[in-house]
Amino acid sequence: MRTYRQANWSEPLIFELGSPGRLGITLPELEDEVKRVVGGVKIPESIKRSKPLNLPELSEVEVTRHFTNLTQMAYGVDNGPVPLGSCTMKFNPRIAWDLSFNSGVDQLHPLQDERTVQGLLEVMYELQKWLANIVGMDACTLHPAAGAHGELTGVLVIRKYHELKGQLDKKKEIVIPDSAHGTNPASAAMAGFKVIEVPSGSDGNVDFEALKSVVGESTAGLMITNPNTLGLFEERILEIADLLHKYDALLYYDGANLNGIMGYARPGDMGFDIAHINIHKTFSSPHGGGGPGSGPICVKNRLVDREKGIYLSDLLPGYIVVYDEEKGIYRLKGPGPHSIGLLKSFFANTIPLLWAYVYIAIMGPQGLRKVTEHCVLITNYFAKLMNGVRGYDIPYGKGRFRKHEVVLSAKPMADEVGVTAEDVAKGLLDAGFYAPTIYFPLIVKEALMTEFTETETPENIERYVERLKEISKIAYENPSKPKEWPLNTSVGRLDIVKANHPKYVAPTWRVYVKRLKGELK
Amino acid sequence: MSCLENHPWIPSLTRDQVEKILRVIGVGDVSELFNDIPASIKLTREQWDKLEIGFGKPISEIEAKKILHGKLSKNTTLKTPPFMGGGVYPHYVPPLVKYIISRGEFLTAYTPYQAEISQGLMQAIFEYQSLMAELLEMDVVNSSMYDWGSAAAEAVLMSLRVNKGRTKVILPANMNPYHRKVVESYTWPHGVKIVKVPFNRETGGVDVEELKKLVDEETAGVYLQYPNFFGVVEADAKAIGEVAHEKGALFITGVYPIALGLLKSPGELGADIAVGEGQPLGLGLNYGGPYLGIFATRFDMNLVRQMPGRIIGLAESHRGERGFAMILQTREQHIRREKATSNICTNEALMAIAAAVYLSMLGKNGLVKLAEINYYRAHYAWAKMRQAGLTVDLFKWDFFNEFPVSFNKQGVKYSFIHEKLLERGIHGGLYIGDQYPELGETALFAFTEMHFKEDIDLLVESLTEITRRG
Repeated sequence: MRTYRQANWSEPLIFELGSPGRLGITLPELEDEVKRVVGGVKIPESIKRSKPLNLPELSEVEVTRHFTNLTQMAYGVDNGPVPLGSCTMKFNPRIAWDLSFNSGVDQLHPLQDERTVQGLLEVMYELQKWLANIVGMDACTLHPAAGAHGELTGVLVIRKYHELKGQLDKKKEIVIPDSAHGTNPASAAMAGFKVIEVPSGSDGNVDFEALKSVVGESTAGLMITNPNTLGLFEERILEIADLLHKYDALLYYDGANLNGIMGYARPGDMGFDIAHINIHKTFSSPHGGGGPGSGPICVKNRLVDREKGIYLSDLLPGYIVVYDEEKGIYRLKGPGPHSIGLLKSFFANTIPLLWAYVYIAIMGPQGLRKVTEHCVLITNYFAKLMNGVRGYDIPYGKGRFRKHEVVLSAKPMADEVGVTAEDVAKGLLDAGFYAPTIYFPLIVKEALMTEFTETETPENIERYVERLKEISKIAYENPSKPKEWPLNTSVGRLDIVKANHPKYVAPTWRVYVKRLKGELK
Repeated sequence: MSCLENHPWIPSLTRDQVEKILRVIGVGDVSELFNDIPASIKLTREQWDKLEIGFGKPISEIEAKKILHGKLSKNTTLKTPPFMGGGVYPHYVPPLVKYIISRGEFLTAYTPYQAEISQGLMQAIFEYQSLMAELLEMDVVNSSMYDWGSAAAEAVLMSLRVNKGRTKVILPANMNPYHRKVVESYTWPHGVKIVKVPFNRETGGVDVEELKKLVDEETAGVYLQYPNFFGVVEADAKAIGEVAHEKGALFITGVYPIALGLLKSPGELGADIAVGEGQPLGLGLNYGGPYLGIFATRFDMNLVRQMPGRIIGLAESHRGERGFAMILQTREQHIRREKATSNICTNEALMAIAAAVYLSMLGKNGLVKLAEINYYRAHYAWAKMRQAGLTVDLFKWDFFNEFPVSFNKQGVKYSFIHEKLLERGIHGGLYIGDQYPELGETALFAFTEMHFKEDIDLLVESLTEITRRG
């Protein structure tokens, strides 16, 4: 095995650096004429700042070194595999970085005249069309800023659909499988719905009989991923769609797992009415340590009101790029009378979207199909190599091939020697790997939800498996050892209980200092 | 035979590797891995390949660059940055900011679920929270929301949770109308009564006497934007907070962070929740995003427990080292599901780090100096426009870096002025006559450190010529 030692700079906090009077940037001096004409600051005393800011004072040299050192104590796809399940942590190509970060878009105001941004609008218009084709839908808005934001948008569209049909008083429930991402129930609740959970069967599919028993007149919609969080394709998706549509409930596709089926099946063809797309998963824009993302929403042209000629696409929020054939220009269409409005102040997260445009352009349809084939190949390669390794199990859907991800369980190891999924995760960190998503989905005990994506090398899969075997070997030989992990990261295992204790909790430096001074109530 | 025999982003895409993997997993062809997809919806390669996706076939990065540059060259090159604000502004983006957020260890990382290997990332986010806390003089700051509008919406929802049972929220007529629309979309399912408090036509600020009539025991929160949408500084901000507090409503402020170099902080004004837009702090305009929704509250557990979003806190390792961890996670969707305080997951963490880098560069004096440059440039423009006979004194109270200009006296539509400015390569202000018909042909002009004296002179000269010719 290669050895790994993460940097440890014991880097001070920014507040502990610098010296009074230092500045980290040159700013222009005000022109004499400007100073003369204005005379001075005339802000009323009642609102004028009266005391200095409590910000640190650093030179640019110090700021650069500080943040560079901090990056050396972080880990991304550029360092090695980040196989977080359902997060689709694929490689983020630098050509797309160049063409999005250095595109000049940082100087374009979202409210400036459409005629001055024709090039960008053309690109966004094409992207809307490409995305609609990829998911088999009729119309897309690029407006939502993230996956969960797209979910909220989608569920609000469902709400509006029932409102316009005059049936909101009875359509009060959103049905969600128990294997779903936490954002699904949270989004449904934010849109004012009651959440009804349905169990999964041992084959990994939604329990269809259980689903039939909860779907009825009060069902407003169903939110589901396909492939699901177990990495398994919902085989009865067409029957599920028919069941929901029978009660005039809408089907919402959570696009988190789109990487597993691109080019093979499309949500629109499966009967979904609304889908969100995670640009920062499937289409390679980077996660940035937690964001920005982008979560476009696409819909079928389902009729809402025949008399008034309202379609589902009329309910979409935000700004949609349209082409004005008469004038030969692209326009940004704001929310219409039936739209759910705005979910963020302006157009969309344009930089990740430009990134995705470059990625899709370079891949082409053939490349995207290969993306899916290879993420599935890699997943099943990993699952096969892990088959029968002591201490681990792969529950649900025995004998079925996985799609984009596979959920291992460390339950045997936890039951037999007390070494948990968390311990396994820390053991992976020590070998210079990022860990899978742990303890999720909730239906798998001691879950290690693993998604390598097509951008991982088979050699790294083999090394990862070797390390998981080694962890198991150590666990069974010396079960107390894994509790000491990690040893090779910049700090050891953190005391989360203490970090959350009311007498310790410090969400900012300000709170920390106030507590030291005894100023906290 | 596929036209793709290898690809730089798919390392297993070579004949040898595919054969080896297929052999190990025990299938003859990759298509067998998709046998569980019902035949009626399974796409053939031919069906898929002819869909309009990309340019119909894979292309090289050299071609992609050529294509994108070609398309983006159709954007208009302006002589100066647009004189336009309305919530986001053409501010400077220091190369260091862009460099730090482009470093792969941050750029390509996920949310730091594995704390020990992510300490640098978590420290950077903690420092964002801490720098913002000092700027706002608020104790608790989350790691980011999508933008100002969505942060304001989440603040309103939070006020309804904190003041459970109350159903009314007061939003001023002079708040940013785009933010208002976001608040309306977020609150729509919850039967919230949104009441608009008018602004004083003379001062431009929220009318405190009108506000007193509207705030009652049903009011969960009162929102105040300062500077408000017209750029006016809201001299009665403190009194407005007191009116809210008298009836037990939360006082929510929305701020423009650079203005805080010259204005009192939300903390000093008694805010319970502060929100705002981090875009001015080195993020760029980005044609709508990514931006940075600022969200902060006081250190009162009744508030903190209802806060949306992720928070990084100080921690210690079992070995006694200083570290950082995600804290107060039991508020969040991945733990609490439908009972979470928000559904937010992916946020704008990288943008928060960008803001932290810029705030570290500016520091104690730099931010004040930057605020002064903005203030002076805008007031220079105001004085020059007034000299030129333009109507700029719509309101009595001072403004920060943005003010409305009316063309009612000249009897021309702003669209005409805009058109003529554009012909000269200048992008004028934001037309607000549609949102505020009572102001007529009025546009909001904004000025930053990016608008030098000669840019402003060019604008004023152009406006003078255009209005004279009618």
